[in-house]
Amino acid sequence: MAQLDSRIPPGPLADKWRNHLASMRLVNPANKRKYEVIVVGAGLAGASAAATLAELGYRVKSFVFHDSPRRAHSIAAQGGINAAKNFQNDGDSVHRLFYDTVKGGDYRSREANVQQLAEVSVNIIDQCVALGVPFAREYGGLLANRSFGGAQVSRTFYARGQTGQQLLLGAYSSLSRMIGSGGVQLFTQSEMLDLVVVDGHAKGIIVRDLVTGAITRHAADAVILATGGYGNVFNLSTYARGSNATAIWRAYRRGACFANPCYTQIHPTCIPVTGDYQSKLTLMSESLRNDGRIWVPKKAEDRRKAPGSIPEADRDYYLERMYPAFGNLCPRDIASRAAKRVCDEGRGVGESGLGVYLDFAEAIGRLGENAVRERYGNLFDIYHEITNENAYHVPMRIFPAVHYTMGGLWVDYNLMSNVPGLFVLGEANFSDHGANRLGASALMQGLADGYFVIPNTIGDYLAGQKPSARPSTDSAEFRQAEDNVRGITSRLLGIKGREPVSHFHKRLGHILWQYCGMARNKAGLEKALQEIPALREEFWSNVLVPGSGDTLNQSLERAGRVADFLELGELLCRDALVREESCGGHFREEHEYPDGEGKRDDVNMAHVAAWEFQGDGKVPLRNVEPLAYEFVKMSVRNYK
Amino acid sequence: MKNISVTLRVWRQAGPGQPGRFVDYPARDLNPAMSFLEMLDVVNDELTLKGEEPIAFAHDCREGICGTCSLVINGKPHGPRQGVASCQTYVRSFEDGQVITVEPYRLRPFPVVKDLVTDRSAFDKIQQAGGFITVRAGSAPNANAIPVPKDDAELAMDAAQCIGCGACAAACKNASAMLFVAARVSHLGLMPQGQAERDRRVLAMVQTADGLGFGSCTNQYECSAACPKLISHDFIARLNRDFIKASFKAAFRSEPNRVVGD
Repeated sequence: MAQLDSRIPPGPLADKWRNHLASMRLVNPANKRKYEVIVVGAGLAGASAAATLAELGYRVKSFVFHDSPRRAHSIAAQGGINAAKNFQNDGDSVHRLFYDTVKGGDYRSREANVQQLAEVSVNIIDQCVALGVPFAREYGGLLANRSFGGAQVSRTFYARGQTGQQLLLGAYSSLSRMIGSGGVQLFTQSEMLDLVVVDGHAKGIIVRDLVTGAITRHAADAVILATGGYGNVFNLSTYARGSNATAIWRAYRRGACFANPCYTQIHPTCIPVTGDYQSKLTLMSESLRNDGRIWVPKKAEDRRKAPGSIPEADRDYYLERMYPAFGNLCPRDIASRAAKRVCDEGRGVGESGLGVYLDFAEAIGRLGENAVRERYGNLFDIYHEITNENAYHVPMRIFPAVHYTMGGLWVDYNLMSNVPGLFVLGEANFSDHGANRLGASALMQGLADGYFVIPNTIGDYLAGQKPSARPSTDSAEFRQAEDNVRGITSRLLGIKGREPVSHFHKRLGHILWQYCGMARNKAGLEKALQEIPALREEFWSNVLVPGSGDTLNQSLERAGRVADFLELGELLCRDALVREESCGGHFREEHEYPDGEGKRDDVNMAHVAAWEFQGDGKVPLRNVEPLAYEFVKMSVRNYK
Repeated sequence: MKNISVTLRVWRQAGPGQPGRFVDYPARDLNPAMSFLEMLDVVNDELTLKGEEPIAFAHDCREGICGTCSLVINGKPHGPRQGVASCQTYVRSFEDGQVITVEPYRLRPFPVVKDLVTDRSAFDKIQQAGGFITVRAGSAPNANAIPVPKDDAELAMDAAQCIGCGACAAACKNASAMLFVAARVSHLGLMPQGQAERDRRVLAMVQTADGLGFGSCTNQYECSAACPKLISHDFIARLNRDFIKASFKAAFRSEPNRVVGD
């Protein structure tokens, strides 16, 4: 059984982070260069962490599977980044940001970590502005804000619809500076395939060079994983094609606990699937719901008709009908489930029947086409690029898609996993968003973790490790881990079955989407728990991976990642089955109020489920960390 | 729209420095709503099942922002449509029966790794030379301490949109990286925070680009025509001004970076 000590500092909530900063152990400046830290991933969390640790004097090795650290999928985030600056004088504060985040997460996050996040949020904006991030400005030259879901203040900073890109390029520029000055050694196209644990501590990784196929060992005093979320387990998602869970999954197999895997976020406004060949789903910003009205035909037989020919009386503006107070702007999880429900009733539109209309006719009538173009022009353009349809004249068709994962490796207050020396940042960890993440909070968390939390907390761990005492890469643990990686690679290449990797990924995605997507129930999850192991077995006997292991081989890369998804998918369903409640993105049909709202069980389920690997073919152990809410009172979310 | 069939004439090259050649592959019964990369996915699965090695191509986000995709389609970086990346190119842009050539970028600073994949780490090296503002985390002043005129911030953002895909250099007959360098230099040079290192930055980035084998600009603007973000070549003029100013200052400073009496 894993030791899960959350290491929450004592004292009043507002003082915790400050007190903790004052009480952590330090590494003296002359000793810092004797420590080597491995950072895997260079998105917002990884790039900011690698750069900042190098600035402090640690020797840093940065590993990315991309050809450049600037490619990480943080780059695709559109809307903005939250921070409790209160530049709008509208009553915002660290406490309010903390409270909104806890409530938005449906009371399943850890209070102390969220408070830490809210407190350092204000420093992030300072840092990014100093790095030259071209945030939106008002005419007076000061920073502009917009508002986002789940908050009643305007605290979101943005750079057009490309906030993630600009923040990532800021962190990338710091990382580039430290690479140029020798503080960071960069390894591109280098995929971490195993974690090396020596005497119970994370002390290195095994890496495959994706171009040459060379497998190398790297020792360090601490290992940081900032490798993003696992949403591609569903195959189709808004994630980049290469986003994967291999780093965190292999760490899980080495003893790191995986917390709350069933907390997945499904975004309501994405462009629907058009065919079996589809590789990717594209998000249409949530902001469209400010002026667009969502509807489907009242009668199933109308669903093939041109939308313009369906009279008002025959349309069902179902969100306005079901949630009159919030209407089309109800939270993501609720809007997604409602779309599923009307499509299940056979009223979905488009060729597949899996779509609903997002209609701007009323807004165009009220504001004029030009005003709508000014507000949303770039989104209408993206929609046109993909669908070849003009949304000024015909309604958009949208459908929910997998967008983010709140679950991830378990970490304590210092962002250290239960394996000492292994730290996990950003979307790869579980701690801040509970069962549902609010918009504009992912960027905040990534940069909070990398710029301000880990540079402080890692010192507390390293101070307890002798300087220059890294284990040799010739040790048995490194040899064994390398053998493991070589074994997986040669096994995948040796099967020579009859189906390409994509075939298995698609089927896994179908199973998960059907049984563990927007709505889940016991029978479906039990079915998925039968089907996934069977599919995994089929994969390992019938997958066809062409080519060799000693050149660039994209099929081999994907095969390894899908192999891990085939294990993770099972854990996801297992977690969803045991969590007998509905909360945030996890909706169990057995647990709802008569009006269809999710019903939490704060008596039996107010805890983190941290799964511990027990070996292949064995049921993993479900450890529990109780969530003791000291400062916030748990209550029922209501959007009617 | 009806489904179409095309012939893909694809550059195949086993590895760096090895000889390559074009190979024709049929792509049949394609839904016009399919993206160009999804078409390659389907062709690759067919090749896999036939026991052949699939076509290697670079891709990731598939929504035009990560800058990974980098195909030259019928001679044009990112294909026939303006202002989009390869991944935002759709089958509907082509005709039934068309022969479509697909090649990697061809310029010495971006050597071919395999098939359609090139090594663009040269762009990272240019950034490492000076494409940054030096700030230590924790030392930044309050974000609203220095106002930035809205027009400057907007213009900086126009330049900052660069996705680092390399199409500008690939489209240029001189393999010049000027648009890429200009975008970064202009973005940071337009922000008050970027002034302290402005001269040092432009000199270091231009010299590094030259050293990596990128050519000079001869003002034909193929770069901005190929740019998926339509970044304007006006930024190159700004780069030239900054470079000349910084070069003059450097030439007339007898002992750079020295304080008198030091």
